Parts: sequence; C-alpha cells; structure tokens
Amino acid sequence: MNKQEFLYALQNALSGLPEDEIEERVAFYGEMIDDRTEEGASEEEAVSGIGTVGEIREQIVADIPLQKLVKEKVKPKRTLRAWEIVLIVLGFPVWFPLLIAAFAIALSLYIVVFALIVSLWAIEISLWACVLVGIAAAVACFIKGNAFPALMMLGAAFIVAGISIFTFSGCVGATKGIVKLTKKAGVAVKTMFIGKENTK
Amino acid sequence: MDIQLKRGLLDVCVLAAIKNEDSYGYKIIKDLKPYIELSESTLYTILKRLEGAGMLTLRSAEHDGRLRKYYHITQDGIKRIDEFKDEWKEVISVYRFVTEEDRHE
Repeated sequence: MNKQEFLYALQNALSGLPEDEIEERVAFYGEMIDDRTEEGASEEEAVSGIGTVGEIREQIVADIPLQKLVKEKVKPKRTLRAWEIVLIVLGFPVWFPLLIAAFAIALSLYIVVFALIVSLWAIEISLWACVLVGIAAAVACFIKGNAFPALMMLGAAFIVAGISIFTFSGCVGATKGIVKLTKKAGVAVKTMFIGKENTK
Repeated sequence: MDIQLKRGLLDVCVLAAIKNEDSYGYKIIKDLKPYIELSESTLYTILKRLEGAGMLTLRSAEHDGRLRKYYHITQDGIKRIDEFKDEWKEVISVYRFVTEEDRHE
C-alpha cells in the first residue's frame, strides 16, 4: 500500500467522525509517512511501519467520547426543509417515547450488570457472615459446656470459610470480566455510530 | 510496563522531548524509542491533550516543500516537568526502600 492509498483508506475508515478531526488525523499520518520516507524508507515500508488502518481506527474510536460521535451522527448534513421540520414536530408523540425507551433499555442494561456484581459480592459477604456466626455459636456452646455441638459448629464454620475463600477469587475474576466486557460493549456502540458509512 | 504507569509517564516524556527545542511528530517518537514505546495514534492523543491543557503550542513550518507541524513547550509544560521531577524523588526513595528490603532477605 502506498501513501495515497493508505491515507484514502484511513479517511474512509474514519468517516462518521467530525470532519475537522478526520482532516487533522489524515494530515498527521501523512506527515509521519513523509518523515519516514525522508529517512530512506520506501513508501511501502513507511506505511507498514505505521500500522493498519483497522488498528488506528479502533484506537481512535476508543479515544473519542461517545457524546461527540452521537452529536456528529445526529447533526443533519444540510438544512432541514419546512415540511421535514413539520414532520419532526408532528411525529413527536411517536419518536419521543421511542427515544425514551431506547435510553431506558440502555440504563436497565447497566443496572442489570451492576446488580449482577452486587449480588455476587452479597453472596460472598453472607458466606463470611456465616463463618463469623458459626465461630460465635461454637464459642457460645463451648462456654455452656456442650463440647460436641461446639466442635460441630466450628467444623461447619471452617468448611464455609474454605468455600468463601475459594469463591472470593471467582468473585474478583467475574467482576473484572464484567467490567472489561462493559468497556468492550462501549467500543462496540461507538463503532455502530461511525460504522455505517464505511460500507458504501 | 503497567499501562496506568505508562500513560502517566508518556505525557511527561513527550514534554521532555520538546523541552530543549521544538520538535515534530516523527522525531518525538524516534527520540523516545530507546526509552519507551509509543505508537503514532497514542502520540496524537497525547499531543491533543497537552495542547488542550495549554502545555504546548503548535505551528506549521515549511520543510522540504511540505508543511510540518512543530510542537513548542509552554511555561505550563515546563512546570509539569518540574512537578514530575519532584513527584519522582519520592518514588525513587520508595524504590530504594523496597530494594533494600530485598537485600536483607
């Protein structure tokens, strides 16, 4: 791939981003390629040294806040005609509830994920509570002189302690995994906003 | 290197690379290469952030029949480097403490 092809591909891959942003990025990478060739690299070498368009795009999308992407997408390409404005106003009872529904769904997804994490930790904490109560009960039995129930209580407490230590790392892992997944979902949503126009 | 740590270091590295004389994108990457790996996209993000924070300004100058962007450090940028030096004095003393513990073991 030579410089022109690379910059053209990059421009296409970034379409959907704000115009000035695309221009600036393309100029930036163009300058990088020129500087590499000036040092004696061939154009192909210079281009491949910079990385693939796909990689660059992914990194850029991850860097840009979602609001900016949405704003760019929602912004009409030309001024609206009178009948279009009338249609938007008249259609308000239709699109407004839909918009609210969409936001509600997004919000509820977040809550579900959050609730999942909370419930995992609730289980973990209740396991530890069982351990404490078990030990307390064992001590109480022992003071009362019931040695066998005390031993049984203590044994049960230790078993639960074992289980909770075992599940603790699971909880940590699951929490980390869920957080990572949420981040990935964020990037996927952003990609949706700049993705459409690349297919044409 | 840990990603969080690297992110904090990179800003200061880029400032240091333009501290003595104005520099341009490719030269910054090349100058930092022996010390820290930095991709073009990452550099772009850092330069934007530093520009937004008023730590550097940029100008376009002609070079070899084309335009090249040169980055110039501001007073705030120099201040950031000095802050970094102070912060790392503490880090270094912590490092000494940690490695000393190693020796005693």
